[in-house]
Amino acid sequence: MTRKQRRLSLIGAALGVLALAVALVLGALKDSIVFFNSPTDVAENHVKPGTRIRIGGLVKEGSVRRGESLAVHFEVTDGRSTVPVAYQGLLPDLFREGQGIVAEGALDPMGTFRADSVLAKHDETYMPKEVADSLKKQGHWKDEYEKKAGAARQGRAQ
Amino acid sequence: MIAEFGHYALVLALALALVQASVPIVGARKNDPVLMAVAGPTAIAQLLFVAIAFGALTICYVRSDFSVINVFENSHSAKPLIYKISGVWGNHEGSMLLWVLILSLFGALVALFGGNLPARLKANVLAVQSWIAVAFLLFILVTSNPFLRILQPPFEGRDLNPILQDPGLAIHPPLLYLGYVGLSISFSFAIAALIDGRIDAAWARWVRPWTLLAWMFLTLGIAMGSYWAYYTLGWGGWWFWDPVENASFMPWLAATALLHSALVMEKRNALKVWTILLAILAFSLSLIGTFLVRSGVLTSVHAFATDPTRGVFILAILVLFIGGSLALFALRAPLLKQGGLFAPISREGALVLNNLFLVSACGTVFVGTLYPLALEALTDEKISVGAPFFNATFGPLFVPLLIAMPFGPLLAWKRGDLLGVAQRLVGAAAIGAITVAVVFAMEGGGPILVPFAIELALYVMAGAVTEIVERTGLLKVPFLTAFARARGLPRSAWGGAFAHFGLGLTLLGIIGETQWGIERIAELKPGQTISIRRYDLKFDGMNTRQGPNYRELSAHFTVRRHGDVIGVMEPAKRSFPSRGSSTTETALMTRGFSQLYLSLGDPNPDGSLAVRLYYKPLVLLIWLGAVVMVVGGALSLSDRRLRVGAPKPARSRSALAPAE
Repeated sequence: MTRKQRRLSLIGAALGVLALAVALVLGALKDSIVFFNSPTDVAENHVKPGTRIRIGGLVKEGSVRRGESLAVHFEVTDGRSTVPVAYQGLLPDLFREGQGIVAEGALDPMGTFRADSVLAKHDETYMPKEVADSLKKQGHWKDEYEKKAGAARQGRAQ
Repeated sequence: MIAEFGHYALVLALALALVQASVPIVGARKNDPVLMAVAGPTAIAQLLFVAIAFGALTICYVRSDFSVINVFENSHSAKPLIYKISGVWGNHEGSMLLWVLILSLFGALVALFGGNLPARLKANVLAVQSWIAVAFLLFILVTSNPFLRILQPPFEGRDLNPILQDPGLAIHPPLLYLGYVGLSISFSFAIAALIDGRIDAAWARWVRPWTLLAWMFLTLGIAMGSYWAYYTLGWGGWWFWDPVENASFMPWLAATALLHSALVMEKRNALKVWTILLAILAFSLSLIGTFLVRSGVLTSVHAFATDPTRGVFILAILVLFIGGSLALFALRAPLLKQGGLFAPISREGALVLNNLFLVSACGTVFVGTLYPLALEALTDEKISVGAPFFNATFGPLFVPLLIAMPFGPLLAWKRGDLLGVAQRLVGAAAIGAITVAVVFAMEGGGPILVPFAIELALYVMAGAVTEIVERTGLLKVPFLTAFARARGLPRSAWGGAFAHFGLGLTLLGIIGETQWGIERIAELKPGQTISIRRYDLKFDGMNTRQGPNYRELSAHFTVRRHGDVIGVMEPAKRSFPSRGSSTTETALMTRGFSQLYLSLGDPNPDGSLAVRLYYKPLVLLIWLGAVVMVVGGALSLSDRRLRVGAPKPARSRSALAPAE
């Protein structure tokens, strides 16, 4: 093989692997990404039942009902719209009414969100970012969270 | 006083770093040995002053000096000593200080142990290393000063996030930083070579041990982090394809590719330009990782936009270093002379293939990590890219890599015999296939991909053994001869075989855990039993206990196998009043390489308790494999050939003397 042929075979292999990688990435981006929706998005965009999505918002006060064998129903709200959620399993450490959560799953034909995972990635002062953003959009982001953030800042200023 | 002392030390370190960043470079240009010799002592002094600053912050933490904001925000007087110390790097400011400490440490190590480096190269390397130090010291002093005071000190601190109060997390960040900041050395070597405009096989021989060292720490750090996530988060997962994890995984992939291409360069003087590019990319990915984790861009793209000081500063560092180094590369790389011809089927060819797949796999992780951020910044659309994406992209790219892996070490340099090697690997593939058949006969089938995956893992492991068997002639020559040959094999050959074997082990662990793992969730009342596989766990009751800075509610379970008691498991929930938060302490019971994993949900008012129980077969192999890889790295690092310097050109001799 001449030097040129060798170089060409090398470049050919490189392009081949690269093309494979690009094809895989494009394919996966089409199929396996999950969009985030607030309860208002769910109502307005008419998300089809069966499509995997994430929803996020606050767990509505007084909405949590526990059933047999770890089944739990609750409602997620962003202040304007509410989506009923059904989940079976252990809830995260900090799942509470009034707290922000993100759930992943799909809507059933009745409009109930069947979650297969529920995340509450927050402590007392931190909201999941999608939830905070969508609450801000709805104009429900004020007092409490600002106050907590403010208190943290005051601690710094003293 | 101590805090101010630390602050001054940091400022002095910056001054030293500025000297180190400029004087040696001028010296190298003018070929002035005195100016070049400035690099070594300043690098050591820089380490000294950064270490003093770090020590000062540590003292503030140990003494619970809450007049320092950083201590007030992240510590508590009742916290055990080890977490007071680990709290130093459990926050933004402190972890950046640790970052710079390790950066200076590597610079000082080159100054101390780089005695056999040509003076010009050494001067340039240390200067480039110091450019990075200048950037990050400025970053700390301007935006993230850990030594700021509060005027009226509070009585008590706000405590470290309870989830971080864990021995695993005490050592995970230092290991990880040793890894990814260690890659700065390969970067500095690459830039120094580009500045100088010359590069040879000896260069690769100097770079490889440093990259190897960083790679070992990175491997350990990632494995440690993964194990920590596994036992702390209570979900039984060990890898989440979380951006923070990906931030450390991308440099690992690039460093792995770099190790292999440096091999080609060292042995065959080929792939020079590519090796330089990889060295730049590996550290660039470390910087991107630092940016992702430290700028707050992950917490919220919007928070990043509204309080941009830190993020923009790191972004500027990123653009400056990555852009600058790539521009320099574009200018200088064409000047580097190509050398070393090889046929596509050869050890070089196999290593090129390894590099192609590793870099492409790294590329898919990069896209998956940054695409959601870019999309949100540009269109305000929020998406999550999770495990399905990475399984569909990273997985298929890794499979051909694993198939090709055992071929590499068996192929000859320059021109190899693919058929011959394939024949020699038939044994390895057969061992895998037979084991798979036996396992499936016992377990009774499963998804079609599983036997293929296990076959692959076993083949990779058997392939590594085959290499050693082939090289020692075991089975062909008398055992004692083979033993003598095994002792005579270069340690780097053993190192490579160990590392490949370790990867096979990790793979086997991953397959075992994901394919045969069982999960049970139940609500139990005292006296009730939950069963998994052949294990029965009886819930005996709850007790409460007071820890140093938390209250613990623990559940007592007796574990029986076929009716015989084999132990107890005590998962717990801890609540930390200082932060008003709680953590879940899982209980683990190790059976061979498998584990029983038990974590608690919330206790119900009626006295019952929700529990999550997993049987995780072979799960320990995931991390054991990583440890074996690191052992391989250590063996390779101890190879005599790496420690003995390459022959020095005669003319650099005189220039070298003053540097020592």
